[in-house]
Amino acid sequence: MALDKTSLDLSRPIYMDNNATTPMDPRVLEAMMPYFTEKFGNAASRNHAYGWEAEEAVEKAREQVAKAIGANAKEIIFTSGATESDNIAIKGAVEMYAEKGNHIITLLTEHKAVLDTCRRLEREGKAIVTYLAPKPDGIVDLEQLEAAITDKTIMVAIMMANNEIGVIQPMAEIGEICRKHGVLFFTDAVQAVGKVPVDVDSMKIDVLAISGHKIYGPKGIGALYVRRKNPRVKLAGVIDGGGQERGMRSGTLNVPGIVGLGKALEIAIEEMPSEMKRLTYLRNKLKDGVMSQLEDCYVNGSMESRLPGNINISYAYVEGEGLLMGLKGLAVSSGSACTSASLEPSHVLKALGVGDELAHSSIRYGLGRFTTEEEVDYAIQITVEAVNRLREMSPLYEMAKAGIDLKTVQWNHH
Amino acid sequence: MAYSTKVIDHYNNPRNVGSLDVKDEAVGTGLVGAPECGDVMKLQIRVNEETGVIEDAKFKTFGCGSAIASSSLATEMLKGKTIEEAEKIKNTELVQELNLPPVKIHCSVLAEDAIKAAIEDFKKKQAAKREKAQEALANA
Repeated sequence: MALDKTSLDLSRPIYMDNNATTPMDPRVLEAMMPYFTEKFGNAASRNHAYGWEAEEAVEKAREQVAKAIGANAKEIIFTSGATESDNIAIKGAVEMYAEKGNHIITLLTEHKAVLDTCRRLEREGKAIVTYLAPKPDGIVDLEQLEAAITDKTIMVAIMMANNEIGVIQPMAEIGEICRKHGVLFFTDAVQAVGKVPVDVDSMKIDVLAISGHKIYGPKGIGALYVRRKNPRVKLAGVIDGGGQERGMRSGTLNVPGIVGLGKALEIAIEEMPSEMKRLTYLRNKLKDGVMSQLEDCYVNGSMESRLPGNINISYAYVEGEGLLMGLKGLAVSSGSACTSASLEPSHVLKALGVGDELAHSSIRYGLGRFTTEEEVDYAIQITVEAVNRLREMSPLYEMAKAGIDLKTVQWNHH
Repeated sequence: MAYSTKVIDHYNNPRNVGSLDVKDEAVGTGLVGAPECGDVMKLQIRVNEETGVIEDAKFKTFGCGSAIASSSLATEMLKGKTIEEAEKIKNTELVQELNLPPVKIHCSVLAEDAIKAAIEDFKKKQAAKREKAQEALANA
């Protein structure tokens, strides 16, 4: 494949890690700017114009956020980001619904903000948590989910779209099960909101977390949807203070951030139909491009129920961090242990039953609003080159080619 | 994490990638690590059976850039050394030469293990060869 590299700016790696974070859309920055300087008021200042204009901006953003998920503005509270939203949702429910029960059901493939919150509650003796393994394609087993519900269950916490493998859960079906059993349905929808349609009513979602920086908005801002009727959900706050955000999240509101989040969602919703089409096309082109040129590579997670811009592929016989080094012209990430602080391969891929060696060999490509077709062509080309080069250097590839079954080899673990 | 220029150089221009004949009596093969751990190194030496000098060394590595660089550097260091000298190679020499950060020390340890395993394999083959020769002599 001949590529005209001169038209690509290769002075920096091409950004293809939009599941980690996204660049801010210039239109979002523009909307935010006045709220840093001349419109700097505290939205809680009720007795002067500075406070009023800040409050007005916050309420406009609240409308924008609510509209993006089919909610009412009164049901939105602003937080510092999705990690905080996840913490309030789970800890707040455990505290508020202690009389009803203490059981939470979640998935092994959840984000650490959910898993580690659950683990702390278990450690502190405040909750009992069931961690369900998803099916091999990453999707929750609905029968297993329903069977796990007890009379002590207060909440089901299942993310809408996974950050590593982009798999989208059957929200309406999960919501139906939760409603039937009178259990709250909380979803971390950070990767989904603004990317695919979300409707809290038809999906019967009770609590939902949103992040600004995954949707071309600013970092340090997030939101939490808390249902007000049928059922009316109440969550205890995690941070004590001035009682802002209906008492669920004290602290002076981050007005510029909130304005940015609202604007980012407004844009995302408006452009969603065309973006979904465009990103699905590019993502499939990337997948087909590498998989038609390389043998022994595997897509992690369902292809049928997946975010448009995400693809996660394991390249057998090649280690992920070594591969990332070969893909230095590309900013992507790997599920390899070496790339994380924990020295453990991706917990998401492990939960899918992907073997450790293939988890070490995985690359996540996250395409986004600013990804071009030219960049995708480049990604295909350098991935194929790097994988081929590293396979020539790989003892595992050599053994596999010689017909040795790698699973029967006695490895000396270290 | 940023890599040292030496690691990058070995990654981009690995020395002595390849394989020697496993069955050759003058060749010692070391295969260490495990795919589940994210590193596997195969390191081979060809020894002059008269002089005990390592005349060739080859590697193949599944692993991160530091693992590839450690094994690449190990093959360079091995060439021209006697078995006795090669046995004394320590992982700390690789760490120093490649400027490996603490989280990558295990790559150098694995390379040292690979050297030791290759030497051991060579010695085993030689011992088997001697035994065979003695048997043949006794039966003669």
